[in-house]
Amino acid sequence: MKFVVAVKQVPDTAEVRIDPERGTLIRDGVPSIMNPFDAYALEEALKWRDELGGIVTVITMGPPQAEAVLREAISMGADDAILVSDRAFAGADTWATSHTLAAAVTQLGDVDAVFFGKQAIDGDTAQTGPSVAASLDWPQITFIGKVRELNEKQITAERYVETGTQVVQADLPVVVTILKDANVPRVPSLRGKMKSRKAQIPVWGLVDLGLTEEETGLNGSPTKVVVTATPEARTGGQIHEGSTEELVSKLADLLLGEEGGE
Amino acid sequence: MSGYLEIKDSCTGCGICVKTCPVKALSINDSKRAVVSEDCTLCSICVDSCPFESLAVHHSFGGNEEELAKYAGILVLCEMRNGSPDRSTYELLGEARKLSAGEKEVSVLVITDDACDAPEKLIHAGADRVFKAVHKDYKHFSTEPWNTILTQVILKEKPEIVLAAATTTGRDVMPRVSKSLDTGLTADCTELRIDPENGMLMQTRPAFGGNIMATIVCDRTRPQMSTVRPGVMKPLDTDSSRTGTVVDLEVTAEMLKNRSRVLEFIPTEGDEVDITEAEIVISGGRGMNNPENFDLLHELAHLLGGTVGASRAAVDNGWIEYPRQVGQTGKTVQPATYIAVGISGAVQHRVGMQSSDVIYAVNKDRDANIFEFCTEGFVGDLFEIIPALVKEIQKRRK
Ligand SMILES: Cc1cc2nc3c(=O)[nH]c(=O)nc-3n(C[C@H](O)[C@H](O)[C@H](O)COP(=O)(O)OP(=O)(O)OC[C@H]3O[C@@H](n4cnc5c(N)ncnc54)[C@H](O)[C@@H]3O)c2cc1C
Ligand SMILES: Nc1ncnc2c1ncn2[C@@H]1O[C@H](COP(=O)(O)O)[C@@H](O)[C@H]1O
Repeated sequence: MKFVVAVKQVPDTAEVRIDPERGTLIRDGVPSIMNPFDAYALEEALKWRDELGGIVTVITMGPPQAEAVLREAISMGADDAILVSDRAFAGADTWATSHTLAAAVTQLGDVDAVFFGKQAIDGDTAQTGPSVAASLDWPQITFIGKVRELNEKQITAERYVETGTQVVQADLPVVVTILKDANVPRVPSLRGKMKSRKAQIPVWGLVDLGLTEEETGLNGSPTKVVVTATPEARTGGQIHEGSTEELVSKLADLLLGEEGGE
Repeated sequence: MSGYLEIKDSCTGCGICVKTCPVKALSINDSKRAVVSEDCTLCSICVDSCPFESLAVHHSFGGNEEELAKYAGILVLCEMRNGSPDRSTYELLGEARKLSAGEKEVSVLVITDDACDAPEKLIHAGADRVFKAVHKDYKHFSTEPWNTILTQVILKEKPEIVLAAATTTGRDVMPRVSKSLDTGLTADCTELRIDPENGMLMQTRPAFGGNIMATIVCDRTRPQMSTVRPGVMKPLDTDSSRTGTVVDLEVTAEMLKNRSRVLEFIPTEGDEVDITEAEIVISGGRGMNNPENFDLLHELAHLLGGTVGASRAAVDNGWIEYPRQVGQTGKTVQPATYIAVGISGAVQHRVGMQSSDVIYAVNKDRDANIFEFCTEGFVGDLFEIIPALVKEIQKRRK
């Protein structure tokens, strides 16, 4: 079997700070990590490879330093990796990102399944997986909490939806997006770490993928970010300090809608 | 719409596409390759007929004003739950009416195995037109038929704006539609408005874990599409005097084509709490210390007719179940009253509750973030305040 896992390098949003004056993100010194949701996608692919045989290839689209997440994936057990990188890819929205990633999957050839994380913690869109499925014209199963069965022809998985669980079966080749409920990602092994240090990671650019500047990066993105701002501050904010009795009396007034006690 | 038909190198010149093209725009040249003439309407029929998958249609607008101007009105994707439109659909209709400002037509698309009285309800909730595709295969949501139907309706009706809820349904099918139509999609919007200068849809959404609000436009292609976070927009009051039209869509073989199937649906057991519907939400955070202490909040909620929510810290600690989590990776609530107890007010929590009408906070740390955006803050120990508050309310009610 031939599995592909799409992983993304993201800034650790838990560490992101805002510049209060300018309302912009302070990204200096914020560590870059593998998108946490992608570890579950990787583990799922590794698990089924271990059972069925075959190879797991990890791909990422990003700047040269995004290679770090590919090496991390290899240390966890991925067989090989492709860095999809080109100046022309910069500024891509989900349309352009998925267009480019789909071209890379096509280039790899004979892929049975592409695994995505549920969403990336920087963009938070969850759009890339389904959009790649559309580009490839493959079926998709999103929000998978459990893969029940996978074989040469089909996948059967549980989709966790708002009102319950949908058990869905789809024909291969397929695109899937994985939730953290699906598994517990393995930790890198010593052998994996050695392998990851030595691994040769090919870089595929615009020309290698047979794409044009019009359909990639900023040029190929139908959406544009026009404004960024920090979340709107609520005003008001009267703060009460005092004895428990005073506080409770005031709070009860507010909750029960009665006058007095000011 | 403009664009082009791509003929890939894998073309063998077999001629099958030439026969299927309804407008005779294809022919085979001397080097045994298909070529396309200007008569091509980009209908895509040849794409499916090609045994070598050598054909692809690419749509593009290139910012062509004339093309953009052909699009008008707003289309909403309806989501059905137990035979009725979901609350999120009513929210979308309310928002669509607001965006339309009395000028744009609002349509809604229902895909279901049994529409019941949904069309009527949708018209009363703000729709001018209801498109419905009814077939027994549409009992459960499934990507491919939904994508096919939506794409076809959009190509035919040319709405300027398409809205779907940012649920597991909307977030599954809409990116697919975005790619099928080669237009943009903005995920999980919490605010929409029309730019009065150019009429474009300004789509605002949280990004970077809620640390930042980004406003996004889709300026060169149509439709402009968004998924919208449930619980943020306000539905209209039902108006049974509203009228509208219902359009039955004929379900074609193509609309049933599907390479996946829903084998089974297992509804969540028990009476699932829906914190998004409550008028009063009382949420506990890490300050609650353990699961038992949540009984305090349940008691207070019971007295006030509200329900209990939580921060992620409380859920991650296993003190309370995940469906009660408020915030970026939980639910968005906007009750009349939100009470945050032992919650610091991290941005990821705040994005899920900041549109509540009033926010009260109890926290022992005067410098906690929550005090910067709550309506009334109470600095003190929750273990003293909450039990005393329960007693006080009981006393006053006597
Ligand atoms: C990608 C991502 C997604 C996230 N999604 C969410 C989400 O959906 N929802 C969410 O809530 N968080 C989310 N978080 C986590 C968020 O960043 C915070 O860590 C979390 O909200 C903190 O929860 P808390 O306020 O309960 O805990 P803390 O930040 O630890 O705050 C506890 C508060 O309780 C007060 N306190 C303690 N004891 C008492 C007492 N006896 N009396 C009164 N006050 C007391 C303390 O002063 C403190 O302010 C997310 C984080 C990331 C990175
Ligand atoms: N640039 C990228 N390179 C590789 N995979 C990506 C990239 N962007 C997104 N993904 C994948 O798509 C998933 C959803 O991301 P998003 O649509 O940005 O929320 C992620 O969990 C990754 O698996």
